[in-house]
Amino acid sequence: MRTLTDLSHPAAAPRASDRSATRADTRHAPPHDSATLHVTGRARYLDDQPAPANALHVAVGLSRVAHGRLTRLELDAVRRAPGVVDVITVVDIPGHTDVGPVFPGDPLLADAEVRYAGQPLFAVAAIDLKTARRAVALAEIEIDALPARLDPVAAAEAEEWVRPPHVQQRGDWQHALDDAPHRLEAHQFVGGQEHFYLEGQACLALPNEDDGVTVHTSSQHPSEVQKLVAEVLAIPFHAVTVEVRRMGGGFGGKETQAAPWACLAALLARRTGRAVRLRLPRGDDMRATGKRHPFHNRYRLGFDDAGVLQGGDITVIGDCGHSPDLSEAIVDRAMFHADNAYSLGQARVTGIPARTHMPSNTAFRGFGGPQGMLIVERAMDDIARHLGEDPLTIRKRNLYRPEHDVTHYGQRVEQVGLLHELISQLEASSDYWARRSAIRAYNASSPVLKKGLALTPVKFGISFTAKHLNQAGALLHVYTDGSVMINHGGTEMGQGLHTKVGQVVARELGLENAAVRISATRTDKVPNTSPTAASSGADLNGMAARNAAMQIRERLFDFAAEHYRLDREAMRLENGELVAGHGESERRIAWGDLVQAAYLGRISLSATGFYATPLIHYDRASGQGRPFYYYAYGAAVSEVVVDTLSGEYRVSRVDILHDVGDSLNPAIDLGQIEGGFIQGMGWLTSEELKWDETGRLTSDGPATYKIPTIGDTPPDFRVALLEGHPNSQASLYRSKAVGEPPFMLAISVWSALRDALASLADYRLSPALDTPATPERVLFAAQALRQATVTETSHA
Amino acid sequence: MIEFYLNGEAQRCASLAPDTSVLELLRAELQRTGTKEGCASGDCGACTVAIGEPDRDGRLHYHSINACITPAHQLQGRHLVTVEGLARGDALHPVQAAMVECHASQCGFCTPGIVMSLFTLHERQRQAPVALDDACLEATLGGNLCRCTGYRPIQKAARRMAAQPDVRPPWGDSPGLADDVAALGSLLDATGYAMPITLTALHALRRQYPTARLVAGATDLWLEATQRLQAFEHLIDVSRVTELQTIDATPDGWWIGASVTYTRLEPLLDEHYPAFARLLRRLGSAQIRNRGTLGGNIANASPIGDTPPILLALDAHLALEGPNGARQLPLDDFFLDYKRTALEPGEFIRAIFLPRPTGNRHLEVWKLSKRREDDISAVLGAFAWRQENGCLHDVHLAFGGMDATPRRAQATEAALEGQPPDITAFDAARQALARDFQPLDDVRGSAAYRQLAAANLLERLRLTIDHDAAQEVCLDAYAH
Repeated sequence: MRTLTDLSHPAAAPRASDRSATRADTRHAPPHDSATLHVTGRARYLDDQPAPANALHVAVGLSRVAHGRLTRLELDAVRRAPGVVDVITVVDIPGHTDVGPVFPGDPLLADAEVRYAGQPLFAVAAIDLKTARRAVALAEIEIDALPARLDPVAAAEAEEWVRPPHVQQRGDWQHALDDAPHRLEAHQFVGGQEHFYLEGQACLALPNEDDGVTVHTSSQHPSEVQKLVAEVLAIPFHAVTVEVRRMGGGFGGKETQAAPWACLAALLARRTGRAVRLRLPRGDDMRATGKRHPFHNRYRLGFDDAGVLQGGDITVIGDCGHSPDLSEAIVDRAMFHADNAYSLGQARVTGIPARTHMPSNTAFRGFGGPQGMLIVERAMDDIARHLGEDPLTIRKRNLYRPEHDVTHYGQRVEQVGLLHELISQLEASSDYWARRSAIRAYNASSPVLKKGLALTPVKFGISFTAKHLNQAGALLHVYTDGSVMINHGGTEMGQGLHTKVGQVVARELGLENAAVRISATRTDKVPNTSPTAASSGADLNGMAARNAAMQIRERLFDFAAEHYRLDREAMRLENGELVAGHGESERRIAWGDLVQAAYLGRISLSATGFYATPLIHYDRASGQGRPFYYYAYGAAVSEVVVDTLSGEYRVSRVDILHDVGDSLNPAIDLGQIEGGFIQGMGWLTSEELKWDETGRLTSDGPATYKIPTIGDTPPDFRVALLEGHPNSQASLYRSKAVGEPPFMLAISVWSALRDALASLADYRLSPALDTPATPERVLFAAQALRQATVTETSHA
Repeated sequence: MIEFYLNGEAQRCASLAPDTSVLELLRAELQRTGTKEGCASGDCGACTVAIGEPDRDGRLHYHSINACITPAHQLQGRHLVTVEGLARGDALHPVQAAMVECHASQCGFCTPGIVMSLFTLHERQRQAPVALDDACLEATLGGNLCRCTGYRPIQKAARRMAAQPDVRPPWGDSPGLADDVAALGSLLDATGYAMPITLTALHALRRQYPTARLVAGATDLWLEATQRLQAFEHLIDVSRVTELQTIDATPDGWWIGASVTYTRLEPLLDEHYPAFARLLRRLGSAQIRNRGTLGGNIANASPIGDTPPILLALDAHLALEGPNGARQLPLDDFFLDYKRTALEPGEFIRAIFLPRPTGNRHLEVWKLSKRREDDISAVLGAFAWRQENGCLHDVHLAFGGMDATPRRAQATEAALEGQPPDITAFDAARQALARDFQPLDDVRGSAAYRQLAAANLLERLRLTIDHDAAQEVCLDAYAH
């Protein structure tokens, strides 16, 4: 650069005269930074990226057998098919053949043993996708079928685990249970969930001039893709660059399970020297990749006459599928949330990660938390029916409270009053008790349709429970026109992370949001990143970005103090200017001028930022610690109406009050809350994974797997952010994470369905209702209650 | 060679394989990647585009379709509008501006499809105001899945379109576009893909290519291309055969051409068979209803097709034509076994006769599915009867999802025929139903559920007939 750009040119950003434009204040709610690109079709997803003309397309051959020995894999016809360029099996992998993310167990391509229906056996690269897919069908595959273990409960009993069971315990649970005036126990099946990201798994691998490869992938975890590609190719990490611009949805499904496809594409790219695209067709995606873990949970709990828990025992069995993947941490998180918002008293919680011949179940928004919470929410309803109380009364009595504010894993619940306040606000704003009476009256006179109402809270722990993941990095550049580029380790999957991080940098540097641009996430810019997961994207990366921006700011202040002879103490950056002094002695220097002067003064205008979450620790051996930096809270009231003849139902009204501390972007946060709620509602209602008796997925497309549509959004949907409660921990501007917690607000829908059903037995019986509560399950639950009532009456 | 307009510009595509979809044409051949593939089965709406069809008054009417399961050849003589074709330079189309303003995109992958569905609604609004109530938004967007937003901001955006600056797409000003599009006419020559416009030509093609598959809306056939990777050697497209597109009223009813789409059927059913019309709104999505035809639903002979049970309950019959001439057949005699029909080789459905409703004959149609919108029935019951002197007569009870074909429940009908609609008669009917059907377990429901739910639909029928206005007996009132 010989001359500096003319800052009066309109393209140069930003100028002091723009002060009237949108202020760089995070209280404002700028739209998603890609919103205009989204609505015009210009936002590029993986499969939209141009590739060199001779790029190849990959299709993957999948096992149709759940368990067996691969005795013959004859691929000559596949290789000979016109248009096929390369075909690989496990023997063609130069480096690691196992791509297990935490523990081994995930063969990239099957070796001798096939362990689930949908497991990749071989991959075909051809001139186009249709050619590759048609060639896959020419393979001759013989598998000697072995008995497939499809029942996780039987697997748990046979001690078929992907990891050893884990126990968290506080106090003498057996004693508390034995001494309690009342005891209840129940089993609860909690169904899994297909991620159904609208953009399926996809990647594009480009061979470099040396032995390296650049991989574009739709992944939540670029650093892990980099590691695994390097290991599979047996090359150093620095030879692999991974880039993620955006995902068309992730929800956890691209935390670990985007990597195998990237490894296959990278290997084929290296072998052929050509660019290689791999995009799974929807059916293959649904068959080959893991889902939310189904759980089989059980509680035995003791409580007093007021319904207050004294103690007991909860077991959660997660169906992990064939390999560990992230299942240990997921089953852990189910255990961490088996209390939800309630003091369990003296309790033991046991988690069993069962191994089955299924796809390896994986991360999904909530990460086991939702499945754990459901068991204690079921217990709250059951206790209420047992004692003839309203379920809300029982829930309120059991909330964490002073003296009862330590979880079964030993963490003290801070902000213990917040949940009480949140619930009482929502109780009032939703008119809970008046509606309760109206519903009772309606149900008494309506023979077929029954209404139900439920308020359920959420307390969700924020932090990765794997401590080392709670770190983040950022790279910030200020260019000499004053524009700012920030790169960080988080990935954008629609949650608005880039928008929020951009806001943070703009706020720290006193600039408009438009002055800050975020580029694609790349492993050669910020290394060794954690997955964008655990709701932590903004908490961690926002802090790292802030740290980088503060370094730049301090450098500029030091420079300005000397260069302009200004008072260092009173300096600030606001509205595109450096401001020093007050009143008469106030001096303002335009940001662009400051930056150019600093450049000429040979000041570094680039910084790396870093953040590591303080305070957290967890001792797995004792099952005690403080795994979470803080908790996020929320509560929802759902009302449903059920047709007890058909099992059909509607969710007619939902009220939500949710805690995000001081919101970073209220529009984005509301979007996360509403979207999370509806996704949770889908999980508990219409989204049913079905497998045949041989272990093959039969709900393998959107024709048979039904996520919510626009008509499922409640016609009356009132969502609000809890005001006036900044995070008690020093989080990013006292905000709270928002990605996962609202998902579990949907438990109120399931509880409301049970409430409606309970009316069939005059609220004296608590209906069993496994999830998802499809019309079929609701109808059978109604039938069972009617029969139980008849039996009861005839015995009376 | 097909000729069409894409976002106002003339396009010519030569030598497309018959199994090419509009989506493949857009993304692979024309490098227009704004339109996304989410499922390639017409179930998610990510690939939604708008088709402008010239009408008689020289205007283009736009409807939404799923590009993934629409044959590319059907673009002949049409104006295809994609998400790239709406903004005018930097000025966003009102639909796009409203979507941005309402924070209605998160990951953005479904967004182009949602924008295009809303675009068709916006175009309709320009012709005549439509109430943007929940029912309208569901009808427009029920086939567009969004996994991120929960839809609320999308509803809001739909209602805010009108408040945006009225930016027309660049092609929107061109007054001759409709004429130019119409002038392209129909398909002249395409290897393997024939698109006759007269019945005579259709007969000739059937003789010439006796094994060629017929295609109309392609909403089912195209799954063979996208899911089973079939390459079709020859296809005969019946969607533009003039004689198959008419609705002819007679004193006794209507002859509905086999290629009439569900969307075109809606006004007729709204007026004469509201229960049928309500069901239609739960059949597929707008994109499917804009393509799918009554003839296709019948000829496909799926046990879970939505219209056959209703047509059975209403005593519909069919006009068939083939190499040996024309004949009529009661629909009752059409379905022989799973996906097997009474069609002779070379024969096709020309029209469906729907009898006119008579004053005292009632119809109820109830569809049970996991999800209310855009889902396939687990069980569908269509019940027609009249009541005379307190007794039920001409009882027709037809079910879908209960057997290998849609069919009537003879024993159940007999149990109710001539009986008063009381508990005794319906108890007998319930027992008879268990003799009529032994349904199967599948992904949509267990045999036990189907049996119980179907029997409970009889109870719902009893309660409906024995009407106490104060009591609600099903959720229809809660469908918004």
